[in-house]
Amino acid sequence: MPGQIPASMLQQDSDSRPYWEGLAQGELRIQRCNSCSKAVFYPRSICPHCHADQLSWIVASGKGTIYSYTVAHQAFGSFAADVPFVVAIVELEEGARMMSRIVDAPRERVKVGTVVRVTFEQVGEDLTLPYFRLVE
Amino acid sequence: MTRPQAAIVGVAESDLGRTPDKTVLQLQHQAARAALEDAGLGFGDVDALFCAGSWSWAPNLMLAEYVGIRPKYTDSTNIGGSSFEAHMGHAMAGIKAGLFEVALITYGSTQRSDRSRNRGGYTFKLTEQYEPPFGLPMPVGAYALAATRHMYEYGTTSEQLAEVAVATRKWAAMNEKAMLREPITIEDVLNSRWVAEPLHLLDCCLVTDGGSAVVVTTAERARNARKTPVWVLGHGEAHTHNTIANMPDLATHQAAVASGRDAFAMAGLTPAEIDVAEIYDSFTITVIMTLEALGFCGRGEGGAFVSGQRTAPGGPFPMNTSGGGLSYCHPGMYGIFLLIEATRQLRGECGPRQVEDARIALAHGTGGVLSSGATVILGKD
Repeated sequence: MPGQIPASMLQQDSDSRPYWEGLAQGELRIQRCNSCSKAVFYPRSICPHCHADQLSWIVASGKGTIYSYTVAHQAFGSFAADVPFVVAIVELEEGARMMSRIVDAPRERVKVGTVVRVTFEQVGEDLTLPYFRLVE
Repeated sequence: MTRPQAAIVGVAESDLGRTPDKTVLQLQHQAARAALEDAGLGFGDVDALFCAGSWSWAPNLMLAEYVGIRPKYTDSTNIGGSSFEAHMGHAMAGIKAGLFEVALITYGSTQRSDRSRNRGGYTFKLTEQYEPPFGLPMPVGAYALAATRHMYEYGTTSEQLAEVAVATRKWAAMNEKAMLREPITIEDVLNSRWVAEPLHLLDCCLVTDGGSAVVVTTAERARNARKTPVWVLGHGEAHTHNTIANMPDLATHQAAVASGRDAFAMAGLTPAEIDVAEIYDSFTITVIMTLEALGFCGRGEGGAFVSGQRTAPGGPFPMNTSGGGLSYCHPGMYGIFLLIEATRQLRGECGPRQVEDARIALAHGTGGVLSSGATVILGKD
């Protein structure tokens, strides 16, 4: 069980609620701008690319590549029990980037450009996070 | 270049290192008093206050009341460690517009002494919901992600990162105020423990307490100041993102590209004309990316640029001559200390670490997770 922060420490709002609810149902939901068609993550009420105010929720394929990564050898609070662990910025195939952990991967196989796929990990009674695994 | 209209006339630090019995207000009072003394001015002369910090919901209100001043102009711009380079630009603009005459810029932090303080009760809200659940230590983890990407794109090596730490320590050895002064080698850096790969412990800045202050005034008052005026020749600032996953390109410090371009344009100078550079060194990778962004070398060439101890004492590119955030002090938002050292270098006050014939200095602050950049170019008559 990875280290965790209680869901109560995350203050959900009307931008983020569909995202968190999607994770609980095994869906990685991101947004797409109705105007410029670019994918947007994290969720918000304005497209940061073209400033249009109409965005739609889509379910991401869950496939992406490692854009960059680090192996954390120290961490704060309950996360300290997890070290070392891999945190990456994943570029989703839709185009948006998000931070996540790469799990169940031998260190030497974690590289920039490696293809990964989302996996949903329940890290607490009421919190599911999107982690990624290497695609075999 | 137009005639400079604002000058730094006073600089000072407070006690640095570990100050367990001091508050942020005491540290800033101490630094401000010394900086005003350096300028030949007093608290009664101050009519504009610039500070940044997270120690109060409104730091300017608390600090001004504590020291007993009633500024007619106030600015609490907080864009992280580069805030004070931004303040310098704002102070210059305000002076130019005739809005005030004596600006006091201050900073104080007791982060080292506060380290054990419980963060319980903190909630991650708004756009902070999406990254903290993965447990990456910040800000080091974000800089590690940038370093990995820089290595991937340009072949930058751990040895090149280490060059920065080793050279900076050599400068610190000549600064009696520096916290770490023992020489280190590239092997020492590479053998220090990992914090977040590819960053080792010695790639990371110190965690210290400390306060500091800078006094800026009009050209007219500067000519009557106690010491040689240090003219503000150019300024630029920019920010590009807040969360590391939203940084447009993790291998390019785009905020510094923009702030550097504007600062050089305002000053009418080029990177080749800088005699001494004070570059924000939260991490070794910060320096390499900033040198590229400011145009001291080409994109991707930062690693080669710092190799062979080129930034060390006696080298062709004197940089971070105080010993930097890596070895001198780093109370969380370090940018104000860059302005202090640049001023002292131009005044010729640096003793054994004095850069000969330093006439033009550059101070560049970086804030957040490579989020903001602010560049100040200084000169003397």
